[in-house]
Amino acid sequence: MYQERVKIDWLTVGLWAFIMLFGWMNIYAATYGGGETSLFDFSTYHCKQMVWMSAAILMAALILFSEPRFFSNAAYPIYGLVLVLLVVTLFIATVTKGGKSWIDLGPFKLQPSEFAKFATALALSKYMSAIDVEWKNLRTKLVAAVIVLVPMGLVFLQHDTGSALVFLGFVLPLFREGLSGFILVVGLVAVALFVLALLVNKYILIGALVLIALFYLFVWLNKRTAKNYWRTAGVLLCCAVFIFSVDFVFTKVLESHQRERIEVLLGKTEDLRGSGYNVHQSKIAIGSGGFFGKGYLKGTITKADFVPEQHTDFIFCTVGEEWGWLGSSLLVAAFVWLLVRLVNMAERQRSTFSRFYGYSVASILFVHLFVNVGMVLGLVPVIGIPLPFFSYGGSSLLAFTILLFVFIRLDATKNQLY
Amino acid sequence: MSNRYADRSHVVKLIFIVVGVLFIGRLAMLQLFSSKYRDLAKQQSLRPVTQYPARGFIYDRHGELLVHNEAVYDLMVIPRMVKDLDTNYFCQSLGITRDDFDERMRKARKYSTYSASIFMKQISKEEYARFENKMYRFTGFYISQRTLRIYDRPIAAQVLGYVGEVDKSDIDRDPYYTQGDYIGKSGLEKSYEEILRGVKGKKIMQVDVHNRQVGPYQGGAYDTLPEEGMNLYTSLDADLQQYAEELMGNKRGCVVALEPSTGELLAMVSAPCYDPNLLVGRIRGENYKKLNSDLAKPMLNRALMGQYPPGSIFKVAQSMVALDLGVISPQSGFVCDKSLVGCHNHPSARSVQEAIKMSCNPYFYQVYRRVIQQGKYKSIYKDSQYGLTVWREYMLRFGFGQKLDIDLPKSGMSTGNIPDTAYYNRWYGKERWAFSTIYSNSIGQGEVTVVPIQMANLAAIVANRGYYITPHMVRFYGPDSLRNKEYYTRHETGIDRKYFDIAAAGMYDVVHVAGGTGRRARVDGLDVCGKTGTAENYGNDHSVFIAFAPKDDPKIALAVYVENAQGGGGTWAAPIAGLLIERYLNGEVKRKDVEKMYKEINPCQKLPLTRRVKKKK
Repeated sequence: MYQERVKIDWLTVGLWAFIMLFGWMNIYAATYGGGETSLFDFSTYHCKQMVWMSAAILMAALILFSEPRFFSNAAYPIYGLVLVLLVVTLFIATVTKGGKSWIDLGPFKLQPSEFAKFATALALSKYMSAIDVEWKNLRTKLVAAVIVLVPMGLVFLQHDTGSALVFLGFVLPLFREGLSGFILVVGLVAVALFVLALLVNKYILIGALVLIALFYLFVWLNKRTAKNYWRTAGVLLCCAVFIFSVDFVFTKVLESHQRERIEVLLGKTEDLRGSGYNVHQSKIAIGSGGFFGKGYLKGTITKADFVPEQHTDFIFCTVGEEWGWLGSSLLVAAFVWLLVRLVNMAERQRSTFSRFYGYSVASILFVHLFVNVGMVLGLVPVIGIPLPFFSYGGSSLLAFTILLFVFIRLDATKNQLY
Repeated sequence: MSNRYADRSHVVKLIFIVVGVLFIGRLAMLQLFSSKYRDLAKQQSLRPVTQYPARGFIYDRHGELLVHNEAVYDLMVIPRMVKDLDTNYFCQSLGITRDDFDERMRKARKYSTYSASIFMKQISKEEYARFENKMYRFTGFYISQRTLRIYDRPIAAQVLGYVGEVDKSDIDRDPYYTQGDYIGKSGLEKSYEEILRGVKGKKIMQVDVHNRQVGPYQGGAYDTLPEEGMNLYTSLDADLQQYAEELMGNKRGCVVALEPSTGELLAMVSAPCYDPNLLVGRIRGENYKKLNSDLAKPMLNRALMGQYPPGSIFKVAQSMVALDLGVISPQSGFVCDKSLVGCHNHPSARSVQEAIKMSCNPYFYQVYRRVIQQGKYKSIYKDSQYGLTVWREYMLRFGFGQKLDIDLPKSGMSTGNIPDTAYYNRWYGKERWAFSTIYSNSIGQGEVTVVPIQMANLAAIVANRGYYITPHMVRFYGPDSLRNKEYYTRHETGIDRKYFDIAAAGMYDVVHVAGGTGRRARVDGLDVCGKTGTAENYGNDHSVFIAFAPKDDPKIALAVYVENAQGGGGTWAAPIAGLLIERYLNGEVKRKDVEKMYKEINPCQKLPLTRRVKKKK
C-alpha cells in the first residue's frame, strides 16, 4: 500500500505555540501581584497553566505520532462516549459559577463540554464523508442537525449557554458542503431584527419594513408576478411575527442576567456596578493601554483585580492594557491568520472527512474568538467562553489542542482517504 | 460534488477577516481615539496619597520646645468604593451614631463620590490602634496620617497663633493647598507658614478593586518625598512670657518686652490669654466659637492690634522732639499752670528731666506749643500746619503712626494714629485749627493713639539712646540657622544721643527719686528707668508704664498696658513692669507678696495696697 510521507504544517503549529505562550505570559500578568512570586508555586494560576501546557504539548506530540485513521474510525465511539459523559455531568456535576458543567476529579476538574465540540466535529465529519450522504437529501440534513443539536442541548441544560452557542459554528462547514447561504442571511437578519425590536418602537419598525417591501416590489423588481407578491408578503409576515415574539423571548425565555447583559450592550441600561461592571472595567483596562500599552506586568487595572475572570474569559483585556493596540491587534491577526490557514488547509484535503473536520475546527475556534473578544470589547453580550489556547483552563486548552492537532495530523497525510 | 462549493471557502475566509478587522478597528477606537478610558483607569486604580510633612517646631530663646507635633489619623472615605459595609459594626467601632454616619456619608458624597474626603478627622493614636485591625472590613475607607500641634506650656497663644484647615480663599491664593490641608491662621504659624509647613510629598499608590493598596505605582517613580518644615528659633523667653501672663491674669491689657540692642521680643502678652491647646484637634471648632464670641476678645493680640491713647509716656517722645528742634533747652522750666491743662500737685519742673520725673501736664503743654507754633508763619493756622508736619515727621521716626515691620501677620495690625494736617483739615477745615485745637496731643491724649508694641519700642529707643531695631520674634530658622536679615537695620530717630541721656535720667528719677510717679517699679539693686501713663478714655483710665533696665547697657525694655485699671500708671502697670524686670534680670522675684498681690487682684477692684506697699518699703 502506498505510504504517504507525513508532512506536518509547521506554520499552524507555530501559530498555536505562539498563541499559547503569549497566553501564558498574560495569565502570569493577570494574576501577578507585584511581589516576588515563585514560578513553581503550584497554587498559582500561571504554574497550573504550565502543567496544562506540558500536558497539551504531550498530547499534541501523541496525536502527531498517531495513526490518523484512528480518528475517523473512532469518531462515533468518541461521540457516544462524550454524550454519555455529558449526561453523567448533568447529574454529578458540582455547581461552579452558576453552571453545572464541571466534573470534580480530585486534583483537577474536567469540563466535558469542551470535549463535546471535538467529538461532535469528528462525528459530523464522519457522517458527512459517508459515501451515500448527499446534502440535498432531507435525511442528511436531519441527521446532521441531530448530531449537532443533541450535544448542544445537553450543554445548554448544563446552563453553559456560551459553550452551547459554539455549536452554531457548525453552520459554516455545512455551508461549505452545500447548506444554503440563505440560512446565513436569515441568521443575520434575525439578529438585526432582534436588536432593532429591542431598541425601536415595534410599529415603526414594521412600518419601515413595509416601506422596504414596497420599494422592493415597485421600484427594484422589473417583473411583478403574483409569486413575488406572495413571497414578499410572507417574508413580511414572518418578520412581524418575529418582532412581536422578541418581547416574549426576551422576557420569558432568557434568564434575567442574560437580559441584563443584552440591555447593557445595547446601552439601554447603564449599570456600571452590576451587570455592566465587567465590560466597563475591561474597556477601561483596554482603553488605558494606548498604542504601545503600559508594558508587560505594568498594567494597573489588571494588576489590581478590577476585572473579574481576568485570567480566564477576560484575559484579552490584559493584552489590551499591557501590550496596547499593537499587541492586541497582533494577537487578533494571529488568530485570523490561523483561521484562514485552517480553511486553506481544509481545502487541500483529498477526503471530505478531513476537509469537513478542518472547517469544523476553524469554525469552532472562530466562534470562540468572536464571542470572547467581542464580549471583552463590548460588541457582544457577556457570554462566558474562553479564548482558545489563551485563557487559563486545562480542559479548554487540552480540548482545543486535541481538536487542532487531530486536524494537523490529518493534514500531514492529506492525500489519504479517511 | 463536494468541490462544487469550493468557492464558498472565500466567503468563510472573508467572514473571518472581516471580524478580525472589526476587532482591530474597535480596539483602535478604545485605545487610540478616546482618552476617556485612560482617565478612568488612572482615577480608579491609582490613588494619590499625600504625604504630609511634619510641621516645623518652635523653640524659645533658650532652646525650650514651645510647639511640637503629635500624630493623629484622619479616616478617609471614597464613597463610590464603599461596599458591603456592616454599618452597625462600623459605627460601633468608631463610636458614632447611625445618624452621624449618614450625615458624614452624605457630606462625603456631596463632595465627590470618586475622590477621597475626610470621613472623620483627627482620630487619636489610641483610638486608631483600636480601629486599625478592623480596617480590612471597611472597603472604601483608609487612614491618612496627620500631625497636630502640641503646646507643652499653655503660653503665648496669640503670638504662636494656631493652625487650621485651609478655606477657599487660601486655596485660590496658593495652589499648593488643597481642601483639608492645614495652614497657619494667625501668629507665627501664619507669618512663617511657608517655612514651617515644609513641602508636601505625594505617593501614588495602586489600589485594587477592594481598595486595598497593592503597592507603589511604577515602583514609586512618580512619588515625591515630603520635605519637613523648618524649625523656628524665637527670641521669646518662655519663663518671662509665662510670668507675664500670670501677672496679667484676670486683667485686660498687654505686655511687650524686648531686648533693646537687638529688637528681639522677649515676651508678648495679650490678656486675657487662652491655652493654645484649646485650638487643636477636634475640640477646635467649638472652642474657637467660644473664644471668638468672648467679649474680652482673647483671640485679639492687643500688643499689635490694639491702639490706645498713650497718655503721659508720650511726653518722653515730645521732649526729645522739642529738644532736637531747639525750641526748648534741657534746662527749660515751665510753671505748672493748671489753668492750661489739669495736673496733680507737685512743684513746678525746672528742667526736662524733672518734668519727665513729675510728668507735669502744663509743662508739656508748653513744650508741644513751641513745637507746633514755632513762629515761622504769621498766621497761627499756617504756623500750626507747619509745626504739625514737622512734629509728625519726628513721630514717624519713632515708629509711631505706622505698622512696625514685625514678623507677625500684618493683617489686623494697627498703625496707631499720628494725625497729619489733612486729618485736622478734614475735621475742622483748612486753616481752621491751631495749637489750641490740638493741644491734648501734648500729653498723649486727643487724637494720638499708639499700639503697645510702639510703646515698648519707645522704651527701647530711649534705652538705645536714639535708635531702634524693628522688634521681631524669630532669631533664626531651619537647620542652617537662617536669619531674618532685615532685622539688623538700625532705625535712627536722628535725635542727638545727649537728649536721650536726659530722657533716661528723667525716667530713672521716675522710679528712684522722691516725687517720681513710678516708684512702685523699683527693684532693689537694679537701675530701672520708666515712665508712667494714665490714659483717659470712656471707662476707667488705662494704666500704662514703659520701662527699661538697667539704665546703662539696657537688657530689657518693655511696655505694660492695663486696661480700665483703677488708678494710674504708677499703681498698676509700674509694679507689674518692675516684677517683670526683676524676673528677667535677676532670674527670680524676691518680693513674693507683691507678686502674689498683683497676680490675684483684679484691677477693677479698689486697691487696698497703697498703704501696705509703703509699709513694706
